[in-house]
Amino acid sequence: MFAATALDHRNRRTQRAFKALFGLMTLMLITPVIIILTVLVVKGGPALSMEFLFSAPSNGMTAGGIFPALVGTVWLVAVALLASVPVGVASAIYLAEYAPDNWFTRLINLAIINLAGVPSIVHALFGVGAFVLFAGFGESILAASLTLAVMTLPVVIVATRESLQAVPKAFREACWNMGATRWQTIWKVVLPNSISGILTGVILEVSRTSGETAPIMFTGAALFLPFLPQGVLDQTMALSLHLFVLSTQVPNVPEHLEYGVALVLIGMVLAMNALSIGFRVYLRGRKKW
Amino acid sequence: MVDAEVKLSVRGLRISYGDHVALDGVDLDVRANEILGIIGPAGSGKTSFLRALNRMDELDTAMTVEGDILFDGRNVRDVRNVYALRRRIGVVFPLPVGLPMTIYDNVAFAPRIRGIRKRAQLDEIVERCLRRAALWEEVKDRLKALGSLLSGGQQQRLTIARALSQDPDLLLLDEFSIAVDPVTTMRIEDVLRGLKDELTIILVTNLVQQARRLADRTAFFLNGELVEVGVTEALFTGPVVDQRTRDYVEGRFG
Ligand SMILES: Nc1ncnc2c1ncn2[C@@H]1O[C@H](COP(=O)(O)OP(=O)(O)OP(=O)(O)O)[C@@H](O)[C@H]1O
Ligand SMILES: [Mg+2]
Repeated sequence: MFAATALDHRNRRTQRAFKALFGLMTLMLITPVIIILTVLVVKGGPALSMEFLFSAPSNGMTAGGIFPALVGTVWLVAVALLASVPVGVASAIYLAEYAPDNWFTRLINLAIINLAGVPSIVHALFGVGAFVLFAGFGESILAASLTLAVMTLPVVIVATRESLQAVPKAFREACWNMGATRWQTIWKVVLPNSISGILTGVILEVSRTSGETAPIMFTGAALFLPFLPQGVLDQTMALSLHLFVLSTQVPNVPEHLEYGVALVLIGMVLAMNALSIGFRVYLRGRKKW
Repeated sequence: MVDAEVKLSVRGLRISYGDHVALDGVDLDVRANEILGIIGPAGSGKTSFLRALNRMDELDTAMTVEGDILFDGRNVRDVRNVYALRRRIGVVFPLPVGLPMTIYDNVAFAPRIRGIRKRAQLDEIVERCLRRAALWEEVKDRLKALGSLLSGGQQQRLTIARALSQDPDLLLLDEFSIAVDPVTTMRIEDVLRGLKDELTIILVTNLVQQARRLADRTAFFLNGELVEVGVTEALFTGPVVDQRTRDYVEGRFG
């Protein structure tokens, strides 16, 4: 009664073929990641030590550690966050909750999407023009971080908007019907139910900026500066640029040093990603509707 | 002309979404302390009518409302403080919406936004409203549980408690029983009968028999037109009634 027809057989063969194909694609996708990580750990692992992390480069950068670059990257990312998160979250709230749906809003949304597609070198040149020269910050952490901030703004806005839109419309309507203002609704219902999603998205996106090189290269990151920055108007070293310099500009750098820098950089990004994923899993566990 | 009996007076109401007219030429009075039933097939404009009453059209750019709606003699269009207007009108939706906060906070939401902060006062309001919505006994031991995780029928009663916490003059119910079991529906219907002494109720329903059970008067909407409004029993059994109304209430339609 349930005997397979010829069509059933053909469908089953097709289904198997596609399953195998997609599986293969996935495998191809993760292979490079695994290879990269393995190589980094094997070649860079030996370089890791307290001394490597906490001392300045020496001997024309062919020896010593990465401390100024590590601290510099933390500065750059932190200041970029301080600048982009308030602005990005505020504009996302405006766009998602207040802005009327008209051609102007659509134009802004289009602009945001396109801004996300601008190559980082273009952002770098914009940063030189706007922050280093026009605003007069000179080559400094402030100028470099603001450049990073402008670059991450679109992703912060998009991530925030998506979290806000994940809160069902029915909740808002219920509040409005009770005579709540838009702000009361946002403050008491929308934000409490999306703030964690917003933070997660923001951490994830901003952690990517720690690896950027082009935007900071001309705006505030120094090739070699074995002191820690004292304030936002100082220049600083940064891990990403340091890696670039070690691998292309300085002769005779021991290989394990280069790989060590790369390993620390990728470790920082992965740690932030892991934090954000953990956060997300935790939040999904206490979803409220 | 506006005697004390009339709570809400609608004249020449026209509601449209872009080019599409959802409701036109509606003249209707709602008397104080009555339950007015509104029946009519899907898409006849019942929900749109309710939304116009508390100016929810302002939150939907596509929706346009023309005509006069007098609430206690005041044209709602001219009310400056739309939030105060909405606070006097409680609304219950077809699908229950428990807000993602505790049961207590759900019911305390409206009192809080109108400035009540004292714990004792809030406690009193929460208990009173939950009791009147016939939900108190089921939730009194877990007021700190999430309102959005109650069962559908419980959430619907929570929604009613929340609407009551606004201390409204007018309660609008839009097909409240659509996601609720028959037993709960009967309990809520009892609640509504009890509320009639204090407020005016407009009950939109797809269940003709529900209108017959509850409504003092019933209005029949069809394709964006108010066909007629009259004493409920008359629509079902009375002599002079539009034939379309009679066909609809007797289930002989189309
Ligand atoms: N937000 C909207 N945008 C555009 N058209 C709408 C909107 N809401 C309702 N309409 C249209 O207005 C008309 C009346 O809709 P309404 O929701 O008032 O009907 P209803 O009587 O409540 O129907 P139901 O019994 O199915 O709930 C319908 O033709 C509907 O398609
Ligand atoms: Mg409806």
